Formats: sequence, C-alpha cells, structure tokens
Amino acid sequence: MLDQIVFYFFAALAVVSAILVVTRRNVVQSAIFLITALLATAGIFLQLHAEFLFIVQVILYAGGIMVLFVFVIMLINMDVSLHQLQFNRQWWLGLLLALVVGAELTIAIAIGRSHTAFGEPAPASALEPSTQLVGKVLFNEYMLPFEIASILLLVAMIGAVVMAKKKI
Amino acid sequence: MLMNLIHFVISIWVPLVCALIIVAVLPLVAGYIVLMERKVMADMQARLGPMRVGPHGLLQPIADALKLLIKEDIIPDEADKMIFWFAPLISVTAAMLAMSALAIGPWFQIADLNVGLLFIVGISALGIFGIVLGGWSSNSHYSLLGALRSAAQLVSYETAAGMAIVGGLLLAGTLSTREIIQAQNDYGTWFAFAAPVGFFVYIVASIAETNRAPFDLPEAESELVAGYMTEYSGFRWALYFLAEYTNMVVVASIATTLFLGGWLRPFAGTPAFNFLDGLPSVLMLGVGGYCFYRAPKQPVKVQKLFMVAVGLLMILAAIILAVPLIPAVGTMLPGLKPGLHGAFWFLLKVGLYIYLFMWLRFTFPRYRFDQLMRLGWQFLIPLSIVNVMGIGVALVLHRHWGWSHWTAFPLTTVLTLLVAGLLGWESEKKDKEHVFVGDA
Repeated sequence: MLDQIVFYFFAALAVVSAILVVTRRNVVQSAIFLITALLATAGIFLQLHAEFLFIVQVILYAGGIMVLFVFVIMLINMDVSLHQLQFNRQWWLGLLLALVVGAELTIAIAIGRSHTAFGEPAPASALEPSTQLVGKVLFNEYMLPFEIASILLLVAMIGAVVMAKKKI
Repeated sequence: MLMNLIHFVISIWVPLVCALIIVAVLPLVAGYIVLMERKVMADMQARLGPMRVGPHGLLQPIADALKLLIKEDIIPDEADKMIFWFAPLISVTAAMLAMSALAIGPWFQIADLNVGLLFIVGISALGIFGIVLGGWSSNSHYSLLGALRSAAQLVSYETAAGMAIVGGLLLAGTLSTREIIQAQNDYGTWFAFAAPVGFFVYIVASIAETNRAPFDLPEAESELVAGYMTEYSGFRWALYFLAEYTNMVVVASIATTLFLGGWLRPFAGTPAFNFLDGLPSVLMLGVGGYCFYRAPKQPVKVQKLFMVAVGLLMILAAIILAVPLIPAVGTMLPGLKPGLHGAFWFLLKVGLYIYLFMWLRFTFPRYRFDQLMRLGWQFLIPLSIVNVMGIGVALVLHRHWGWSHWTAFPLTTVLTLLVAGLLGWESEKKDKEHVFVGDA
C-alpha cells in the first residue's frame, strides 16, 4: 500500500514535470522541471532498491549534466528568447507519433502480459548490495565493452577540447 | 501482529526523531560555528571579537538569528519571483538531506544506506542549484557572476574531491558510512595515514566546494559585492548562510568518516592508550572549571550567573560521559560507551576539521580565478588520479604479494609525492609564462 502511494507519487511527479519541461516558455523553468523529472525517476529507482542507479542518476544527471545545462542557459539573453517564435509548427505530427508509440507500447504490454508472467519480487532483505554487484559484473564479464566505452568517451573529450581551443 | 506493529513503529520512529533533531539543532550549530569563526578570527588578529551579548558573546548567534528573522524580506522588482523565492530552500534542503546518511556515533544515524558516502556527496552537490538559480533570478550582474563562478568552481573541484574519496573507498571496500569506520578499526590506523595525499586533496577540494576562503571567489566582496546573495536579505539570506555552514559540517563529516576514523577513539585498537577514554570527561571538566574561574570577572550579574550555568552544564556533560566508564555500568550496558563516546569523538573531529577551515581562511589571501582553475585542473585532479593508482598498487602489493602495510603504503605515498612535486613545478612554470590579455 505504502509502496504504491510512493510509486504513484514519484510517477505522477515525473510525468507532470516532463510535460511542463516542453510546455514552459521560460528556459530556466524548463530546466528546473527537467531536474524534478530526473529526481523523481531517481526516487523510483530507490524504491526498487536499486541504490546504485539512484545515486548515479542523482550525481550524473541531476548534479552533473543539469548543472552545466543551467550554467549555459544562464548566459542566454532571456528577453530575446522569450519573444522569439517557437518553431513548433509540426506539433500535430509529434502528437500523432506520440500516440502511435503509446498505442504500440500498450498493445505490446497487453499481449506480453498473457504470455509471460512477471516474477515475484524478491524480499528487500534478500537483495545483495547492488554497488558491489555492478562493479563485479562490469570489471569481469563486461571488461572489454567497458574499456571500449571508456576510450570512446576519452576520444570525445579530447575532441571537444581540440575543437574548442584555437591554439593548443 | 503486535510485534510487527511495534517493529514498524520503531523503524519509522527512530529515524524520524534523529531527523527532527538534525533539523532543529543544525541552525543552532550553524549559528555557533559563526560565533566560533568570529572568535577564532578575533583571536588570530589579537582582538576580542563579539563580547556584548551574553558572557564573551555566547548569546550573539541567537541575537543575530532574531535580527535576521524580523528583517524586511526584500524581493527585487525585476527578479523572477518564484525562483528567487525558493532558490535558498534548495540549498538548505540539499545540505540537510545529505546529513541523513551520516553516522554520528553508532547510535545516531537516520539511514545506513549501502551507497551512504556517494549519497552524501551526490545530494550535497545538488545544493549548487540553489546558488545558481538564486544568482540568476536576482537579475543582477553581481549575482549572476557570483553564481557562474560558484558553478564553475564546484564542477571543477568536485572531480578532485570525488577522486580523493575513491582512494579512501578503495581501502575501505564499501560505501556504507558505518562499514567504512569499521574497516578503519580492522585496518589498524585511520585512512588519513594510509592515504595522506588523498586526504590533502580532499581538504583543499572541500574548502573550494564550500566556497570558503581562500577559494571564496563566488562572494569576493572586493569584486562582486556579495556574489550570488547580493540581492538577498533577511531570512532568505540567512538560509543561504545556514546552507553554507551545514555544507561545512557535511564535508567535515565526510572527511572524518573516511579519513579520520569516524567515531573511533585515537589508537582505538591499542589497550595501552585506554586512558584516552577519560579524555572526554577531563576536557568537559576543564571547560567547566574555566567557566567557574571566569564567572566572577564578568561585568554584569546576569552574565556571572550565565557563566556559572554554562559551567554546570559542562560538569553535567562530564558526568554523563564518565558514566559508561564505571565497570558495573560497562558490563550492564555495553552499548553505552561506544554510543556516547563515539558521538563525542566524531563531533570533536568535525570541530577540529572546521577549525582547520577557519585557520586556513585567516591565513591565506584569496586566489585569483585563473589560479583557482589552474590549481584544480592541472594540479589537484591529476594528483588525485595518481593517488588512486598509488593506492591500487599498494593494495595489490599488500594483498597479492604479501607486503606489509608499513612498507607498501609509504612506498606508494612517496611515489605520489614525487608526482605531486613534478606537477607543482610544471604548474608553477606555466604560471610564470602566463600573459594576461590586458598586459599584451
């Protein structure tokens, strides 16, 4: 019961703030609602006992990426951007696509439900600490993909520095 | 059924009471840290500091709080009112939320998360939104510049602080605050001695993260008036201050937990140093005695009485801290001693760490912004990465090659220090080559 209340609270918070992100005209307000949506998702992770995912969501998305977003947004001249025409002339196409994807998901879940049953959730006390598990899996089974992803990120980082600097 | 209910009530009740204590006591603690700061500053500048309200200015924080509460709350006309209104709340909430995973003694902890330390670091970093949004919504250039500096500084130094923490976590092998302290007990020394370079990097980065001098660029009064809180007044301004001082307590607690042995007594594993158990009581008795000695010299009668009352309070604390040392009580309630003395040692270490902050603040002049960035990116971050590697090497030497602690860790520390010297030399050279746009 309590679990469900908490879940629906976070879910509603995430959905409402996600809608507000795209409907607000003020960029800073959009950013704030995006932060709220990300934190609400983090709350759902925490409720599912995925503590590591929760904290990664908070540190990386809310704490890291969004700080840089807000940092850049602050430098934009708000008066100009508020009076600019929004280029949302194709909103009906977007709505149509959203409806199609929504219908697709609903049908998929409706069909899938009768064929595969969801497993019973494990009791919270039986769960192993997720941080250690993630670490073990990442550095044993998925060592190579992990290293490749790291190199990709390093290349992207160096590329960004090279492109941003005139003289190196 | 009934047992279940009782269990449920206890499991909700204890954290709730702890949370209420934190929310209720922290403003007071922050107020007294401000007083302590003013007194330390006065001492270092050969002055007396606040002396008027209460004996030796002991009631000054309460007077200040009252003044701030009844001051007019000014909101600028051109400000974004909603954001201006709730930005300080973000900072305070984030700082207080971070306290919830701290273990202040074995008894006092709201939640023992298995990502405890990451939780504290991550949540307290969210406080930057309060600063950035507050600075932006004020619609003032000083505020905006202060907020920009603050964001840039936090993002830069969080990397170094995070890597320094990684070094400590490698030694502990866990993220739970409780188990980290336990790991230091098993290991034999505090991690500050196993990873001194990491500890140093964390000290510097934590000062920069809490926006304190010599890194208080976001509120450099000679350049930016008061930085991001220029337009704030009254209670909202007080909230920013509360957030700043709460953040100080949080970073001090992280350092205490990870590097200074948390609630462990110094030399916790050595029976020869068991006499240190008496130190809490002796310290409290000493402070109480000093209060009695100073009481007759107070100018007003009320202040004399107040001083005596403070002295009596200290004596009471000494007695409470001495109770678990009685052998009979020790065998009857074995949890009492770690509970009470643990909290004492933890708070003492946090206090000393904050004192170190103040000492540095009144010793060093403020950095220039480009110096700050160079120190962060070209010295501290590479150093913290090398430190993580060094600790990794030491752990491999210890665990797989059978070296003892006392050879593996000093060896890698010396190597890390060599790298630090190289980095510092290189950075210094670049500092001399640096040409300002205005100079050319």
